[in-house]
Amino acid sequence: MLDFAMLIEPDNLKLYADGLLTTLKLLLVSLACGLAVSVPLSVLRVAKSPLLYGPVWLYTYVIRGTPMLLQLYLIYYGLSQFAVVRDSLAWPLLSDASFCAMLALAINTCAYTTEMLAGAIRATSHGEVEAAKSVGMSRATLYRRILLPSALRRSLPAYSNEVVMMLHATSLASTVTLLDITGAADRLYSTYYMPFEPFLAAALVYLLLTWGLVRVFRQLEGRYLAYLAPRSH
Amino acid sequence: MFEGYTGYIVAGATTTLEIALSSLAVATVLGLMGAACRLAPNLLLSRVAETYSTLVRGVPDLVLMLLVFYGGQIAANALLEALGLPAMDFNQFMAGVLTLGFIYGAYLSETFRGAIMAVPKGQWEAGWAYGMGRSRVFLRIILPQMIRFAIPGYTNNWLVLTKATALVSVIGLQDMMFRAREAGAATREPFTYLLVVGAVYLAITSVSLLLLKWAEKRYSAGVRMGEI
Repeated sequence: MLDFAMLIEPDNLKLYADGLLTTLKLLLVSLACGLAVSVPLSVLRVAKSPLLYGPVWLYTYVIRGTPMLLQLYLIYYGLSQFAVVRDSLAWPLLSDASFCAMLALAINTCAYTTEMLAGAIRATSHGEVEAAKSVGMSRATLYRRILLPSALRRSLPAYSNEVVMMLHATSLASTVTLLDITGAADRLYSTYYMPFEPFLAAALVYLLLTWGLVRVFRQLEGRYLAYLAPRSH
Repeated sequence: MFEGYTGYIVAGATTTLEIALSSLAVATVLGLMGAACRLAPNLLLSRVAETYSTLVRGVPDLVLMLLVFYGGQIAANALLEALGLPAMDFNQFMAGVLTLGFIYGAYLSETFRGAIMAVPKGQWEAGWAYGMGRSRVFLRIILPQMIRFAIPGYTNNWLVLTKATALVSVIGLQDMMFRAREAGAATREPFTYLLVVGAVYLAITSVSLLLLKWAEKRYSAGVRMGEI
């Protein structure tokens, strides 16, 4: 009943290979940007002044409370409504589907990562902070040497979930014309009018990527969270 | 204000809520069944349930949705034909709800499994000591107590599910996302309509979070918390 022969035709294999590259590019660029911005934002998020944490709270609340698809559409389809945007220097970028997808993915992951890191910073044990203060560390040093390194390590398990979620979110890029893995499958579906084979193949690729990511993070956890593991005899 | 599109968007919001709530019902049933199978002494049942939850959680919602939506009808009709029954025409709404329910059932089965395991073993034994059977203990003793442990995960899944309903617009169901795109294209104001719809999603999220707080309080009656 199922006929996978068409999947191994060179043209179609290349479509999937290019799709895989697009997916990985979207994932890595958005994760890198999102993580880089989320570190300073998480420090603001745990600040005492509402002027500092308020805007960051609002940002994470709005992003986490609306669908990623909507954010992507707002950027890709929505922004063209404004003449200011269409006439601006950024327009060549903002009319590019690939850039818009990366931007939407980065904005999205940044919000989730910020909350995750802020939670980890808040969960730092009281004694560590006190010890740092007692040796006369300034606030900046306290964050740089104690709070952030420890919070980043302790966030690893939650971050591995976030990375898998982002891998899955990259599939939305296919809705704005990008040929990622899902886009490649969708094109084959419309060419051959066979729904099972192309999407099953895509599902398999995502499954393997997911398992690969989980393995990598397990290794990282073994390395960076060794100090939290149960004592072995 | 919205050039006569207000009713059109409101109808979409209703569809979104209908899809979300119906899928939640399907997912809850599948989740409970999945959790019960995972924890069953029968090895085959627990393997099947484990495979279901692992596979579904490893693949993006959109891919599963396209697979089930485009392929599901063909598969179902092939099955009906093999059984000698006439072919059926599936309505889009049902297809969307069943797909979302199938996906989130896998996530909920993990939530429920954790919650059931969090109820002390002694509760089972006490039930058996009174002569109740497995299913009666589960329904009368374990289920009401596991709700407390399941609420945070359940709400989380509900929030993710609500947002995932936006995906049905990709396969042509007229939810509020679909209608916002249509109205936006017709009036050349896509940003405005998408923003309005975003506000509705945010409102659903906010109300859900308030309900979560209330439910947590209600189902934690009589539980002593550690004082920090």
